[in-house]
Amino acid sequence: MKDGIVLTMRGICKRFPGVMALDRVDFTLRKGEIHALMGENGAGKSTLIKVLTGVYPKDAGEIHVDGIEEAISIRSPQEAQSYGISTVYQEISLCPNLTVAENMFIGRTEGKTVNWKAMEKRAGELLDSLGIPARPRQQLSSCSLAVQQMVAIARAVDTDCKVLILDEPTSSLDDKEVAMLFRLMRDLKARGVGIIFVTHFLEQVYEVSDRITVLRNGNLVGEFEVDKLPQVQLVAMMIGRELQNLSVIKKESGAASARREVRYEAKQLSSTESRPFDFYIGKGEVNGFTGLLGSGRSESVRAIFGADPVTGGEVTMDGKKIRVAKPLDAMKNGIAYLPEDRKRDGIIAELSVRDNIILALQVLRGMGHPISRAKAEEFADEYIEALGIKTASSDTPIGSLSGGNQQKVILARWLLTHPKYLILDEPTRGIDVGTKTEIQRLVLKLAEEGMSVTFISSEIEEMLRTCSRLIVMRDRNIVGQLTGDELTQSHVMHTIAGGGGDNE
Amino acid sequence: MNKRKSKAAAYLKNSQLLVPLIAILLLVVFNLIRDPGFFSVGLTTNNNGDPVLQGNLISILNGASELVILSMGMTLVTAASGGQDISVGALAAIAGSVFVKVLKSGGSISAPVVLGAFLLCCAVAMAFGAFNGSLVALFNIQPMIATLILFTCGRSIAYWINGGATPTVSSPIINAIGSFIPGIPIPTPILIVILMGILFALLFRFTTLSLYIQSVGINQSAARLNGINSVGIKLLSFVILGACCAVAGMIGVSRLGLINHETLLINIEMDAILAVAIGGNNLGGGKFKMIGSVLGAYAIQALTITLYAMKVPSTDVKAYKAVVIVLLVVMGSPVVKEAAGRLGTRLRASRRAGAGKGAA
Repeated sequence: MKDGIVLTMRGICKRFPGVMALDRVDFTLRKGEIHALMGENGAGKSTLIKVLTGVYPKDAGEIHVDGIEEAISIRSPQEAQSYGISTVYQEISLCPNLTVAENMFIGRTEGKTVNWKAMEKRAGELLDSLGIPARPRQQLSSCSLAVQQMVAIARAVDTDCKVLILDEPTSSLDDKEVAMLFRLMRDLKARGVGIIFVTHFLEQVYEVSDRITVLRNGNLVGEFEVDKLPQVQLVAMMIGRELQNLSVIKKESGAASARREVRYEAKQLSSTESRPFDFYIGKGEVNGFTGLLGSGRSESVRAIFGADPVTGGEVTMDGKKIRVAKPLDAMKNGIAYLPEDRKRDGIIAELSVRDNIILALQVLRGMGHPISRAKAEEFADEYIEALGIKTASSDTPIGSLSGGNQQKVILARWLLTHPKYLILDEPTRGIDVGTKTEIQRLVLKLAEEGMSVTFISSEIEEMLRTCSRLIVMRDRNIVGQLTGDELTQSHVMHTIAGGGGDNE
Repeated sequence: MNKRKSKAAAYLKNSQLLVPLIAILLLVVFNLIRDPGFFSVGLTTNNNGDPVLQGNLISILNGASELVILSMGMTLVTAASGGQDISVGALAAIAGSVFVKVLKSGGSISAPVVLGAFLLCCAVAMAFGAFNGSLVALFNIQPMIATLILFTCGRSIAYWINGGATPTVSSPIINAIGSFIPGIPIPTPILIVILMGILFALLFRFTTLSLYIQSVGINQSAARLNGINSVGIKLLSFVILGACCAVAGMIGVSRLGLINHETLLINIEMDAILAVAIGGNNLGGGKFKMIGSVLGAYAIQALTITLYAMKVPSTDVKAYKAVVIVLLVVMGSPVVKEAAGRLGTRLRASRRAGAGKGAA
């Protein structure tokens, strides 16, 4: 192994049923560097981390660490730790009701008894040397989240750590706390620890990292030095498609969409999860929310559907004022919502495809008016046929279908209610390419028939192909609306990336 | 014919009803070997000169009535909330006390008075069910913890209702509810169970309750996003169980002609939960088959009667019951089911291989 390199991963492959989560991915970590691992959801970041920490066995590839001749195999997080690889996860996995010192040494004490005095002394030294503002005997829950995170890091680096993995450490910290954490990271870097930094926040990457490795759809896009990679280009690589490749099919001109009658309009709509925003959609219009993960695009459409408690705003449907406090209100007004997290919010896994298809219509009809078995059978067969759902029968539990077919069932569920306004949040995530294009085509067809559709996708290209207007979000705010000629990859990416690092 | 048989076998193999059916079958076979006349049903005349059916089969079906009714309601609570109500025995005692209180309050016990008493005890039990349900649905308290409250204090409440006494009621109407209606040889509690079964069948047929309960139990978040009021559904399942408690309490009181708040349906909550489990229903909620719980309840009662018939002292019955129940529960566990499935596949494969060799 070359000098100054603490970790190399070569040709790592990991296959899950139906998807190649990692396809020949390389990763190199140098001594004393902060290396950002970037990619959108499903890019393979967390899979790579889990392979490295022994949570998942790899299917192919080699892992080398500094100081050991041959390739190592890591079968458990404990084993990873013995090679000097430590992880601090997104959700702090410490015990809030124990003291700081106990948290730092729990499970690592030698012998059967605990020397409390020595443990607290050691903890105090470590906290001091890392500049962490916590006392050993303090209960962990009395520390701020940032300090808790830092205690977790202290615990990780105490075990002769060469590689420190920080998985989204800043997602629940405020700016001041982030700065504190970054100081600690730079301190560790100066001591020669190699840090793998997984995050969604672009600004933070540019602030603290030395190198960036970008993954997309389980493939390595490349490794770059931070100061040689403009922010716009990074976004382009994360999302896919180079900037030069701008083949865009425009659905219609902006003028055409301006003439439309308004179907749904929200003024200063807000929910517990989303900031107030204005939004409208015309009849037969397809528009979309775009932005990086965590930009607030899902939270906005959830507010429209009443999926999160609505806290304010005025909403009209076809010019009439309506009140949407809960999903049923939205449904009754002809709004349908296909949720982002299919498993958690969409499917009722153990119920049959048929029951899953009729569910929303059934709820709309009310408890006293069950859809007869024969009618349900008819509806299910109709949509299984129309959407090409691959299932053994309509009796099959939906949980046993593939992701794409599950998604089609949920789509069928909402189409069956004949909504006036259909919201699709990431309908194409994690499903095969064939089904993706089918769904895109369906969206355009529905719009032609007069349905209004709001479409959210991580793949900008997909949105450009279907939407006539894009609402761009960054950091939970709407930062732009693009129509007509503005609907190009570069425009969208510039708006998403904002001012920072833009030197095209 | 053969094809149809194998289709039925395949259905049964995957069905959750397999375990309770096997349990009942084993008990039947065991008893027939022990005593070929065990299940014979005879027609005799009771003290009032009416013809009545008699025999072990009848006493199993009759004796299980309260348990069957409670396990019906317990199935819904389990499916919707993913937990169990352990206060059903105590709630039945409250309902029984209210029933007797009303009967004793007026002069003569006429049919309208009995009906009024039943309706009132039903309303009280449903109100207590709503109390349990709101703790679970609104405050997200574990069902077993939430119902522990009523489990603990329910029999004291029952004690207060009749001022600490254990009043007796004697009336031909009460006697008819607890044993036989003159002229009908089938014990009335069995008829009430059939009536409850029909009521639930109608409820499932003419409302969407079953779909809603299963949706809420499987994926509450998705159910909510499809417009289902999951709080309301959970609450409703507890209220229905409350009504079941009232019916069970009324039967229990009518059998004895008195209310003993300390002993009425004592410990029945555990049997009711067990019936749901033996019936192959997931105690973690979700999909359910009420018929499974009903079969489970009858299996438990058949086991009890068998043990009594074998002259096992009543103090020992529980221990013997426990052994059989351990076997049943293990038999129905996913681990055993999976192992059985693998064994079956291997056996078929080796048989096929053997046939192949024979042909060669």
